[in-house]
Amino acid sequence: MRHTLAVLVENKSGVLARVAGLFSRRGYNIDSLAVGVTEDPTISRMTIVVRGDDHVLEQVTKQLNKLIDVIRVTDLSAEESVERELALIKVTVDANNRSEIIQIADIFRARIIDVAAKSITIEVTGNEDKILGIEQLLRPFGIKEMVRTGKIALTRGGKSV
Amino acid sequence: MTGATERMTGAQAFIECLKKEDVEVMFGYPGGVLLPIYDALYDADVRHILVRHEQAAAHAADGYARATGKTGVCLATSGPGATNLVTGIATAYMDSVPMVAFTGQVPSFMLGNDAFQEADITGITLPITKHNYLVPSADELPRIIKEAFHIASTGRQGPVLVDMPKDVTTDELDFSYPDKVELRGYKPTFKANILQIKKAAEEISRSVTPVIYAGGGVISSNGSSELLAFAEKIMAPVTNTLTGIGSFPGKHPLSLGMLGMHGTKYANYAVQECDLLIAVGARFDDRVTGKIESFAPNARIIHIDIDPAEISKNVRVDLPIVGDAKGTLANLTKYSKQCKSEDWIKKISEWKVKYPLHYINSDEVIKPQYILEQIHAACEDAIIVTEVGQHQMWAAQYFSFKEPRTFITSGGLGTMGYGFPAAMGAKVGRPDKVVFNIAGDGSFQMSSQELATVVENDIPVIVAVFNNGFLGMVRQWQELFFDHRYSHTCISGSVDFVKLAEAYGALGLRATKPSEVRPVIDEAIASGRPTVIDFVIEREENVSPMVPAGAAINEIMDLEVK
Repeated sequence: MRHTLAVLVENKSGVLARVAGLFSRRGYNIDSLAVGVTEDPTISRMTIVVRGDDHVLEQVTKQLNKLIDVIRVTDLSAEESVERELALIKVTVDANNRSEIIQIADIFRARIIDVAAKSITIEVTGNEDKILGIEQLLRPFGIKEMVRTGKIALTRGGKSV
Repeated sequence: MTGATERMTGAQAFIECLKKEDVEVMFGYPGGVLLPIYDALYDADVRHILVRHEQAAAHAADGYARATGKTGVCLATSGPGATNLVTGIATAYMDSVPMVAFTGQVPSFMLGNDAFQEADITGITLPITKHNYLVPSADELPRIIKEAFHIASTGRQGPVLVDMPKDVTTDELDFSYPDKVELRGYKPTFKANILQIKKAAEEISRSVTPVIYAGGGVISSNGSSELLAFAEKIMAPVTNTLTGIGSFPGKHPLSLGMLGMHGTKYANYAVQECDLLIAVGARFDDRVTGKIESFAPNARIIHIDIDPAEISKNVRVDLPIVGDAKGTLANLTKYSKQCKSEDWIKKISEWKVKYPLHYINSDEVIKPQYILEQIHAACEDAIIVTEVGQHQMWAAQYFSFKEPRTFITSGGLGTMGYGFPAAMGAKVGRPDKVVFNIAGDGSFQMSSQELATVVENDIPVIVAVFNNGFLGMVRQWQELFFDHRYSHTCISGSVDFVKLAEAYGALGLRATKPSEVRPVIDEAIASGRPTVIDFVIEREENVSPMVPAGAAINEIMDLEVK
């Protein structure tokens, strides 16, 4: 079972090491971790996708809460939330398949952000299934390089974590 | 912030902060980057005890904290000084001991350059501190020290490390000490939820075979008298973890002694048969539970702990109560009624008669258990500090403790070499008490250099070396599970402990026959000097009874008596 945790932390150096260290030494598996500053510049927000049963999730949440620099932990899986991930994919192209690749990008409402003689770089945003979908379609053409941000998420409606 | 400020260096501010925190003593060792701090200490009104190895500074601060309930303080220089603290910090972390460790660090502009005596001590101690700080500037030093003491001593207590680059100690600041801390990510729950307490009281009213399982958290929260009142009101027997020893009077009719691997048979039987287990300030350690699937199989479990992360970490808990032990027990006593436990108490009394702790004494060779009984007879109010190994278990079994903070031992980490410096710290904090370090000949040799410290500072602790010429606990396991193959556990003849004591200017005594045991104990106490007693004991005595690793705790067996 995968859970998406929104973790508000002090925006200080060393906090990422505290969180990452906690996960590794207690043997919890992180699928992805995205971090950035929030509307309050003293607070950063981490979106952590963690794999485990309810017992693991409970322990992860409690152990995170024990860190002095962690302000709040919310399990977004339990809440109605919107989730997105961004990926940049550099695909090998030639004159014959360029238009086909552009067509695939269009279907996924992805953007072409760099074009060269032998490559195209595509920016795609969406949930995990969508990213996986375009990746699978582009793979036969030859993916030279790919980078993903990891999932970020917000609760739906007026409520905040 | 308080009103008036004063211009001073970081080093001077460091001293002022310690005064504001009422630090009466610190244990430390100087070094290059600490020169400004030690210069400020030269004419400061703060007691500093110079140890001979930084690890001893951390253990001494720990022993001081456990004996007094106050936060222990140690100080070491950058690099090797700081890394030498690591074992002491980890020891304090595992047993939730309030401690603030200060380290010097290379100047800020050299950080990360592999400078001389640089070590990333905040990185190294990340998993063994409750929190740690690398102080970014002199201005922030007072706030950070205030926070460090607050974090170390509240909630689930633990060590906090403050790493101070040299320039932080030489730069000037406008000093004022904050009145309070503002930590939005740190708000420990002290007061338990009243609904949970009422539910617990209901569970208690239904129980006929209750057991209270009390750990070190009861002592940390100063909740021993509340524990006594609670146990007597609901009429439930009490078993202690190793670090919980002293939280309940050992001679009380409801006392079951210690449980677990080397616990009493009746404590283990009681836990396995109880219908309600009330855990207070304990964490279901593997040395307590044995095979976890078989632990307390018939019991509903109530778990009282100040750390929510301990709830259901190792065992499934039916009713969690997050709060400090003292207040929660007081409240629970108010709402609870006496259990219908008369038959249960009777059954336990029968077990106590049928399965007592026992050993076979001898007229020729000194039995370790006999020494503990004699120390108890000579001075039952003593503070007993231990190293780690067989002697530690015998001390837990055969010295009957009346009061909290009189049994001090490295439970979680199991640190050999802890006892002697911790005894030194305990004696500094409680000079009114006789302090014994119960040691093995192996453990004592890990910290014996601190004889210089206790002699120089006239800290009269008594080291009782249980000298069997073996690393006894490992030897016992080799005997039982590795076909008597005593691989690298025989250390006989490593040193003459009497001469070692004398070389440092301490009193050295020796007992080789049972008849000499009591006289040397009395002589050591009467001398008022730092003393090492070399008790030459039965070489292959085993700690008994014992739960083999991986077995359920009621599969506890007597070991063959030698």
